[in-house]
Amino acid sequence: MNNLILVNSLRFITLVLVQVIILNNINFMGYINPYCYILFIILYPANSNRLLFLFLSFLLGLSVDMFSDSGGIHAAACVTIAYVRPVFLKSAFGMLYEHQTVKFKDTDLSPRLVYMIGLVTIHHLILFSLEVFNISKVLLILQKVVFSSIFTVILCLLITVLFSRNSK
Amino acid sequence: MQQIFDFFFKNKTFLLFLLLLTIALSLTIQSHSYHKSKFINSANFLSGGIYSWTSNINQYFNLKTENEKLLEDNTNLKSLLFNQPEGTAISTIDSTYQKYIITEAEVYKNSYSAINNYLLINRGKKDSITEDLGVITSKGIVGIIDKTSEKYARVLSVLNTNSRINAQLEKSGHFGSLKWNSDSPQFVQLEDLPNFAPIKIGDTITTGGQSQIFPKGVLIGEVISFTNDASGDTYTVDVKLFNDMTNIGHVYIIRNKDKNEIINLLTNPDE
Repeated sequence: MNNLILVNSLRFITLVLVQVIILNNINFMGYINPYCYILFIILYPANSNRLLFLFLSFLLGLSVDMFSDSGGIHAAACVTIAYVRPVFLKSAFGMLYEHQTVKFKDTDLSPRLVYMIGLVTIHHLILFSLEVFNISKVLLILQKVVFSSIFTVILCLLITVLFSRNSK
Repeated sequence: MQQIFDFFFKNKTFLLFLLLLTIALSLTIQSHSYHKSKFINSANFLSGGIYSWTSNINQYFNLKTENEKLLEDNTNLKSLLFNQPEGTAISTIDSTYQKYIITEAEVYKNSYSAINNYLLINRGKKDSITEDLGVITSKGIVGIIDKTSEKYARVLSVLNTNSRINAQLEKSGHFGSLKWNSDSPQFVQLEDLPNFAPIKIGDTITTGGQSQIFPKGVLIGEVISFTNDASGDTYTVDVKLFNDMTNIGHVYIIRNKDKNEIINLLTNPDE
C-alpha cells in the first residue's frame, strides 16, 4: 500500500515536470504537442477510491495549468476523463474490470490501445475546445485534436512499454 | 432530511466531479478576459523556481545568438549616437529628467503555439515592476505585463487573443488596434485602420503612443497585406512582426514615470 502511494506520487511529480519542461516545448509542425501527463490517470489503479482519484486528477490538471498559464483547461479535461474512466475500462477490458483485477502490465496490446485512444481523445477534445473557446473554429479544434492525439497515444504507448518492469 | 443525505452519499462521486469541473471551467472563463486570471498563473515561487532552473541550463545553448543580437543592437545605438546633428552633443541632453525607465529582464518561459500565450520573466515587485508595463526587445514589441509576484512577472504576449495594443502607420500616423487571430506566430493583425490612410505593402507599423504603456514609435512589424473590412470603411492589415517571437532571450521593460499623473488627469477631469 505504501509502495503504491510512493509510486503514484513519484509518477505525478515526474509526469508534470516532464510535461511542462520538455513536452510543452516540442511544437512539432508549429503547434502539435503531446500531453503525456495523463498517463497518471490512465495508469492509476482501477480498484481505488474514486473520490481521491477525481481530486488527484484535478490537482494534476491544475498543476499543468499553473505552469502553462492556461486558466483551468487541463484541470477540466483531466477531471472529466477521470470521471468517465470506468466506462472505458469496462468496454476495453470487459470481464477483467468486472472482477476488479485489471493490471496494466498484464493486459494485451489491443484493449490497452482502445482504452488509451478513448481517454486521450476525450481529454484532447475538451482541452482544445476550451483553449480555442470559439465555436466558429471547429475545424481548427478537430485538427488539433486528431494530430495531438496521435502523438500522445504513440508516446504514451512507448513510455508504458519502456517502463514496464517485468518485460516478457 | 435523511433523503437529502442519502442523495449526497449516493451521488458523491458525481457531485465532486461537478464541483471540480465547475471550478476548472470558471478558471478557464476567467483566463479568457484580460486581468481576470488571478489565481492560477506561473508567476509564483514554485513554477518560477523550476523555470529559472531550466532556463539556467537553456541559456547556454542560445549564447551565440544572444551575443549577435546584442552586437547588432549596439551597432544601431552607436550609429545613432555618432550621427547626431551638430549641437546636440551628449552633454547637452538633460539627464536630470528621464521620462522612461528601462529594466532588463530574462525570459524564463515563452510559448507561442497556444491560443493565449504568456511569457514569464525574472523581474517582479521587488524590482518595482507593476502591471501594465510595456515589454520590448531591441527589434520590436513583445507584450504587456499582466501579473506580478515578488520575484517574477507574467507578460501577456502580443500572440494572445486578449491582447489589444495601440499601433500606427509610421509615415502617416493613422492608428488602429493590434490583435492576433491565433493563426501564425509570425503575423499579427492591425484592425480599425481608417481606409483613407495611405498604406502600401512594406510599410512600417509602430506603437501609437495613445496609451501610456509603450512610448511612441517602438517598432512592431511591416505590412504584408491589407483588406477592406466587412463594414467597408476600415482596413484589416496583416503585419509581419520584426521580432521572432519563437526565440526571445532577453527583454526590456519600459516604465513611464508620468503614467500615473496622466491617468489621474484623464480619469478625474473636473478637478
